[in-house]
Amino acid sequence: MLKTFPKGGVHPADNKLSANVPIVYPEMLDNETYIIPVSQHLGKPAKVVVKRNDKVKVGTLIAEGDGFISANIHASVSGTVTKIDHQMDSSGYRRMAVSIRKTNDDWEEDIDRSEELVEEINFTAKEIIEKVKKAGVVGLGGATFPSYVKLMVPEGSKAEVLIVNGVECEPYLTADHRLMLEKGEELIIGIRILMKALEVDRAIIGIENNKEDAIEYLKDLCKNNTQISVEGLQVKYPQGGEKQLISALLKKEVPSGKIPVSIGAVVHNVGTVYSVYEAVQKNRPLIDRVVTVTGDSLAHPANYMARIGIPLNRLVALSGGFPEDTGKIISGGPMMGKALNSVDVPITKGTSGILLVADKEAKRRADYDACIRCVACVDVCPAGLEPYLLMTLGEKRLWERANDEDNMECIECGSCSYVCPSERPLLDYIRLSKTNILALKKEQLI
Amino acid sequence: MDPKLVISPSPHVHSGFSMTKMMWTVVYAMIPAWLVAVYFFGWGAIYLMGVAVASCLFFEWAISKYILKVPPSLMDGSALITGMLLALNIPTNLPIYIIIIGSLVAIGIGKMSFGGLGQNPFNPALVGRVFMLISFPAAMTTWPLPKALDFSLDGTTGATPLGIIKEGVRNGESVSDLMTQIPPLWELAIGNLGGSMGEISAIAILLGMIYMLYKYTITWHIPISMILTVFVFSGIMHWINPDLYAGPVFHLLTGGLMLGAVFMATDLVTSPMSRKGQLLFGVGAGLLTVVIRTWGAYPEGVSFAILLMNGWVPLINRYMKPKRYGKE
Repeated sequence: MLKTFPKGGVHPADNKLSANVPIVYPEMLDNETYIIPVSQHLGKPAKVVVKRNDKVKVGTLIAEGDGFISANIHASVSGTVTKIDHQMDSSGYRRMAVSIRKTNDDWEEDIDRSEELVEEINFTAKEIIEKVKKAGVVGLGGATFPSYVKLMVPEGSKAEVLIVNGVECEPYLTADHRLMLEKGEELIIGIRILMKALEVDRAIIGIENNKEDAIEYLKDLCKNNTQISVEGLQVKYPQGGEKQLISALLKKEVPSGKIPVSIGAVVHNVGTVYSVYEAVQKNRPLIDRVVTVTGDSLAHPANYMARIGIPLNRLVALSGGFPEDTGKIISGGPMMGKALNSVDVPITKGTSGILLVADKEAKRRADYDACIRCVACVDVCPAGLEPYLLMTLGEKRLWERANDEDNMECIECGSCSYVCPSERPLLDYIRLSKTNILALKKEQLI
Repeated sequence: MDPKLVISPSPHVHSGFSMTKMMWTVVYAMIPAWLVAVYFFGWGAIYLMGVAVASCLFFEWAISKYILKVPPSLMDGSALITGMLLALNIPTNLPIYIIIIGSLVAIGIGKMSFGGLGQNPFNPALVGRVFMLISFPAAMTTWPLPKALDFSLDGTTGATPLGIIKEGVRNGESVSDLMTQIPPLWELAIGNLGGSMGEISAIAILLGMIYMLYKYTITWHIPISMILTVFVFSGIMHWINPDLYAGPVFHLLTGGLMLGAVFMATDLVTSPMSRKGQLLFGVGAGLLTVVIRTWGAYPEGVSFAILLMNGWVPLINRYMKPKRYGKE
């Protein structure tokens, strides 16, 4: 019996249309403008360190991490800084961004652009952490938390195992799947680098068994390595959630309000691990990532190694252009992704996929039915919450009661709204309560 | 902003699991029990089902439209289910006016007074049934006796097996003597006994249960815990004094236990909101059933047991919560 997390979860149709499409490297066009937001990570926005009309190379630092939880931002193309201004990005807001018009293809000299695999790790733990920080690596699974912070184990805790997240439980997305198949060797070196940084002697790669080829391949790659194991998991959403993956692999729960390393686990996404390899062994900052561009009506669903800042339009055009019936554009997958209000936004470090949804499936029903108390939402909640109750408390604006019922423990996986037979907007109300509870907490009223 | 784009929060997909689908599953699950009733009770079963369903639908429509002034929602199937359940829970020789009054109480007091679908604390069909039992005790306990494939309009009536035991034990007879007046257990399982229309055949009801379990409309927690509790509790009593207390298998196959455990106690709206709570609910309903059957004034106690447990549900929900991830 394959492992999985014990409580809750759903089985949406996986629709991995682009699973067999190898990663495409889009051609870089001259005179195209790349918009690079300075806030592509969780935490404080980076501080811009270039000026308008500056010439930058690929890999030039253009914004510097500001404070502990922040990340460096680098130029992903070489050319001229044309604008430093607020621009629309996938958050739906106008935020500070550096625009670069690509004119040539100069790279920073210390970046190793060869195809050669660098296996030997010649750095200390401290040096690795410094390099990961300098390269602006953040969690590429979606949370975009600065990765170097996760490598600095706080006083009193000890990392025991590195968990590598290759679950990719979101329907449609195949970026991590392709990366595991095509960059497996780099991935294994990346894992060894992270193990060295964390001073652990055990790593587990968790992969759902709808990606059997990736499981087989990585098992084969680490068959002579006793420290790294590959674990095939039952397919169940949201297994890619950090807490759910830890439960599935270690049979332990992360205590509420604590970070995973408090029980000895550190989780990194496979995309992040690949970027760590590039950063440490090749001196290459995080300037690109794999993005799945997909949708039922799209001509060519595919995976792209996209430079940060490339216009979303460009990638969709490479896949055959927007289908006639496009009604919704989602950044990410259908369960947790964000609907975009503009097609003129750049790909950022957090963009795992672009999903084009047909018009007829884009809208929710105009109304919803009464709760018939069927317990489905309670059954599927991986956090052990009672979504039906939280929605009622949210409707009645009883924020304190919602907080007492552990509203803040919600991981926003959407399983409750997905399963509700009355199509009630359970998660919408839980989010509303979260916002209000946070506001009350800020004023120290609760 | 492109005006054509839809913006909505995640999740952007839905399972397709719907209330209407669940309701129809329950309707289909009741059909075997009803077909057995048609086989044993003839026209009475068809007439009773028709009158109960039509009245429940009518009262739901009329109360929604003229009193609550909301659009009537007959299509959600819940009034249909209440009507069918009500019919399965009463004898087939009931006069038409009693069925209509019972339907009014079931829909009116049982459901609409509390605000309609999803708001009622007590199972509407059982509210209707218990009202009829208290208001029309003679009619509600004149049980037609089964007669296979007899579509003539007059039938014989008599006591149910539970009634025979209750009356006999009260008169000082021993259970083993009384059992000779009752059909053998395998005939009870098929449904060859007197009783309410839908309660007679344990096998037909279990078929319905398997279908609902397969369709994930109910889970095993309530029916199994309730049936098991009755089995164990009545088994212990029987073991202590077999002359005074009937055996556990007899308790399972007679009266409304199967119908109650599978179709009435599992009512989504009026049962607890956690699986742990549902186990407690099932055990409580099972215990109360045996207590009322054994020591109560009525020979049968399933309806009362379930309604009493319905009343505890809000407290069970407060007390028995699912375990939160990462919390003790």
